[in-house]
Amino acid sequence: MKSLEELDSLREKLKNDMSIREQGHRIKVTVSMGTCGIAAGAREIVKALLEELKEQGLNGVTLTQTSCAGLCHYEPLLEVSRGSEKTTYVKIDRDKAREIVKKHLAGGKVVEEWTAR
Amino acid sequence: MEMYRSHVLVCAGAGCISSSCKSVQKALQDNIDKLGLGSEIKVVETGCMGPCDLGPVIMVFPDGVLYRRLKPEDAAEIVSQHLLKGKVVTRLIHQAGGAGDQPGGYEKLDFFSRQTRIALRNTGVINPESVEEYIARDGYRALGRVLSQMTPRQVVDTIKESGLRGRGGAGFPTGLKWEFTARSAGYPKYVVCNADEGDPGAFMDRSILEGDPHSVLEAMAICGYAIGSPTGYIYVRAEYPLAVERLAKAIGKAREYELLGKNIFGTAFDFDIEIRVGAGAFVCGEETALLASIEGRRGEPRPKPPFPAQEGLWGKPTVINNVETLASIAPIILNGPQWFAAIGTGKSKGTKVFALAGKINNTGLVEVPMGTSLREIIFDIGGGIPGGKKFKAVQTGGPSGGCIPAEHLDTPVDYESLTSLGTIMGSGGMIIVDEDTCMVDLAKFFLEFVQEESCGKCSPCRIGTKRMLEILQRITSGKGREGDIELLEELSVGIKSSALCGLGQTAPNPVISTLRYFREEYQAHIRERRCPAGACQALLTFYIDARQCQGCGVCAKACPSQAISGEKKKPHIIDTEKCVQCGACKTKCKFNAVSTL
Repeated sequence: MKSLEELDSLREKLKNDMSIREQGHRIKVTVSMGTCGIAAGAREIVKALLEELKEQGLNGVTLTQTSCAGLCHYEPLLEVSRGSEKTTYVKIDRDKAREIVKKHLAGGKVVEEWTAR
Repeated sequence: MEMYRSHVLVCAGAGCISSSCKSVQKALQDNIDKLGLGSEIKVVETGCMGPCDLGPVIMVFPDGVLYRRLKPEDAAEIVSQHLLKGKVVTRLIHQAGGAGDQPGGYEKLDFFSRQTRIALRNTGVINPESVEEYIARDGYRALGRVLSQMTPRQVVDTIKESGLRGRGGAGFPTGLKWEFTARSAGYPKYVVCNADEGDPGAFMDRSILEGDPHSVLEAMAICGYAIGSPTGYIYVRAEYPLAVERLAKAIGKAREYELLGKNIFGTAFDFDIEIRVGAGAFVCGEETALLASIEGRRGEPRPKPPFPAQEGLWGKPTVINNVETLASIAPIILNGPQWFAAIGTGKSKGTKVFALAGKINNTGLVEVPMGTSLREIIFDIGGGIPGGKKFKAVQTGGPSGGCIPAEHLDTPVDYESLTSLGTIMGSGGMIIVDEDTCMVDLAKFFLEFVQEESCGKCSPCRIGTKRMLEILQRITSGKGREGDIELLEELSVGIKSSALCGLGQTAPNPVISTLRYFREEYQAHIRERRCPAGACQALLTFYIDARQCQGCGVCAKACPSQAISGEKKKPHIIDTEKCVQCGACKTKCKFNAVSTL
């Protein structure tokens, strides 16, 4: 280690992976993983979300799962919550999932046409 | 960049290892691989999380769910339900008493929410073998800042201002110790970490070394800079093999990253650390004996002064700090001395780690602000006494300390309040005893310990504690005499004032303090030949309850002195003249017919 700056830049790189162990993340993405969700392809959605999160280098996002949300015909579905603001996306596929990460999570803009109305 | 959607932390402190956490970890990993979740979920081995009684424990992030007492066969359900589908396996989470409690995460549990973790900030949270995880959580930033932005004088002043006092027992102000050593003439100077934790029931130093070894290395380097020393030694006992192993790995990693070695952070400061493994003699925790042991001599203490700050290792000025003290250094540098001084009480600043052991529900490790009451530590965090038994006393400070009875439960714990109750903070071991524990027997246990660990150099300790132990053995075996209590008191005063080192000077403390609070128990043993707690077997009268006895004869066969007689299928009788109070009949009886008076 040659300087404090070198340490700090290394720390910034390493911090992303550790932020998951802190409570109180700002953004939470919940994928429905009931039998209906899994049958409709929710596993692929989780993988796609994670890949895109990695690509975008987004930390502070919690990616979690829940059971059947009761909207089985809309599966796969996911919910993005940012504080009290909640958005439910329905009939998601891999590409839509990646777009949601880019536009909503990174860009902060809700993709209205895929939300539940 | 690495990124996972979930981290599964597996506690691999010595406690959980002994309850087979490794097989649980393997089962988790196998199931994760089987379901193809390997790229999404990372399994991490950490140091002690604290709730040792619940081991093996794991924590699942980001949810913060704590699973406890796991068996390898539970892994499949956790992986397929929680990790795959997000459904918490409620039968395996820790129920802290309330209904269905945990969904709020482990932080909502009383055991964790009432803690303030400074020395334990990383223990149980990071992988101790990964310097990267330590760096990610601000590791080595304090060292970087000290070397590039502060003078040695400023470092010493910061530690002085924080009010940090030694966590190993005596509570000497750490900043002053550094200052004295910095001012002493002589070169080279040395930094020594005292990791010779020896009190029965204390295991915080071990947990820090196993769970966050870099925090100790970083602090030693900071101290080295402050006092002008290029070399540190960690004196750790051989009974802590995992701590030694993780320390060695940590030193290797730190050298690799050039956080130890030459020209650290591109400055002119050089510092390196070596491990010295001790054979595990209790007296080697005494600083002068410890120094002798590092030098390769027999671990025996010498009179002070000169203090190690003037003449320490190889006659050179030396700072000796305890593990927990060192683990508190980096946060003080990073957050400022006022931050630390704002926690705690008037003369005792910051937090203290306590190891809860004995008759308590949540056996384990907790860190709380100084000034927290014993009641909060033992009942709110510790979960109280198991089996609905009554709290009787808590022994603090191990064999050098004393007991505190129930009437002082609301005492805020700090160095001064414990001293005024006739005990000491010590290293922070708390042994909780309930109504079934005999206080004379407890004092005898500690006397046996110091008697065995006495190095034998000075006669008050070598012979005096032996005589005290003999008296206690006499009392607990029903042969106590009038005058024994007074003799114990006289010996205590003599030993305290004339023994050479801290071990001897404090050895009588358990006797003095049990006499102070439980004198009537001693008297009952001597005058009435009775043990009020029903613990001293030699003082019990065994009898058979005729209503319960089925006449099976098992007790009669088990009795080594042929004291039990009776016809088959009819109640048996114990001849108290022949009975040797061994308790074999009570253990063997299937009908709970044998009782004691």
